Amino acid sequence: MAQNLYVASRKGLLTYQRGAKGWTHKATDFLGSPVSMVLVSPDRQTIFVALNLGHFGTKLHRSTDGGGSWTELTAPQFPKVEGGEKDEKAPAVNAIWAMEWAGKDKPGCIWIGTAPAAVFYSADNGESWTLNQGLWDLPTRAKWFGGGTVDTALHSICVDPRSSDRVAVAVSCGGVTLTEDGGKTWRVAGHGLTAEFMPPEMQKDPDIQDAHLMVQCPANPKVSWIQHHNGIFRSTDDLKSWHEITTAPVSKFGFAVAVHPKDADTAWFVPAVKDEHRYPVDEKMVVQRTRDGGKTFDVLRHGLPQETAFDLVYRHGLVVDETGEGLAMGSTTGAVWTSDNGGDAWTLLSAHLPPVYALRFA
Amino acid sequence: MAKVFFTSHLRSVAPDGGVEAAGATVAAALADVFARYPTAKGYVLDDQGRVRLHIAVFVDNVHVRRDILEYPLRGDSEVYVMQALSGG
Repeated sequence: MAQNLYVASRKGLLTYQRGAKGWTHKATDFLGSPVSMVLVSPDRQTIFVALNLGHFGTKLHRSTDGGGSWTELTAPQFPKVEGGEKDEKAPAVNAIWAMEWAGKDKPGCIWIGTAPAAVFYSADNGESWTLNQGLWDLPTRAKWFGGGTVDTALHSICVDPRSSDRVAVAVSCGGVTLTEDGGKTWRVAGHGLTAEFMPPEMQKDPDIQDAHLMVQCPANPKVSWIQHHNGIFRSTDDLKSWHEITTAPVSKFGFAVAVHPKDADTAWFVPAVKDEHRYPVDEKMVVQRTRDGGKTFDVLRHGLPQETAFDLVYRHGLVVDETGEGLAMGSTTGAVWTSDNGGDAWTLLSAHLPPVYALRFA
Repeated sequence: MAKVFFTSHLRSVAPDGGVEAAGATVAAALADVFARYPTAKGYVLDDQGRVRLHIAVFVDNVHVRRDILEYPLRGDSEVYVMQALSGG
């Protein structure tokens, strides 16, 4: 099972280590700074941390000694456009929302997703970054709009384990887009997603879908899941089509989804009330788990607060480890829970951390 | 030459205390400083070279709110690059 748990929070990066008696706090880095995303190598030596400083912009730091020391790198930036210094609409990176390794056959190569929605690529372990022009120039991008934030946001990057040239990304609100040639060309891959919040004729438009998070099953990569603003969706045919799962018993709304690494039928969701208000249904914290591809769900609540709970779990706040048994989730009210049995029971790690933006196991 | 001061919150990337800078505008003076402190540039200006939304610039005790980069400097101007309270 994963040995380390990294908590990217509103006030720094917290690292926990698994021991004989459970998880213990090992380090706090970037104390006081909002950490929007963290990426960790399997050997836990290389760690990338994205900061979203309120005054000073998006920053990127890297450690190559397991967090012992840190180096600031040049963060991804949009190319300067002519007259951009006077043009309010000229793009600038406002946040790093996603970071993923580009594949086992591409060591030191990394994808980053940003707000406004774009992907950047580094082939030199984060030393330099290039805007992916193919996605940026995609004509359908003109239809994308912000969800939750004014900016569009690219939050999901799924690198296919069968071929690292096959990468699917998801955007709020811009649906799913797929490249099969390493990012040279992209095509829309969100057919079947539905948005009830749009005018009737536009509800099936794949270009405006508010995917909150998309995950792909490592062992069965033909299968992907999306927690969408409008509900839960699943694709079992390599993103050719999506179909809605309507059986979630507590709520179909939420931000996060995690898929079992070995079993594409097993996935976890953290439900909430939408839209005008957002809080756990009946103020009770639960996790919804399906083990049959969405036909039925278990409602997991053992170890989770069942009264006056206001914890929301953001899209990157729920993770599963490589065994499929280890889970962790972190909330907007600063609670983090872990499970070693697939979510059947949860243990509170802390109830008083800063708001949690993202978690990683390694 | 004008003198540019940075908020202490930029101490890790910008000069401590005032630093002399050549230039007839805020933009030119900042460019002169950033040539010597390149990391500081991305903390003050965004991808397009605009002053970040939550950075406040004062020149000779005037809070410059518009066209900050074009604001003219005298030979003895003092420029303060501060963090705006709005970004906290």
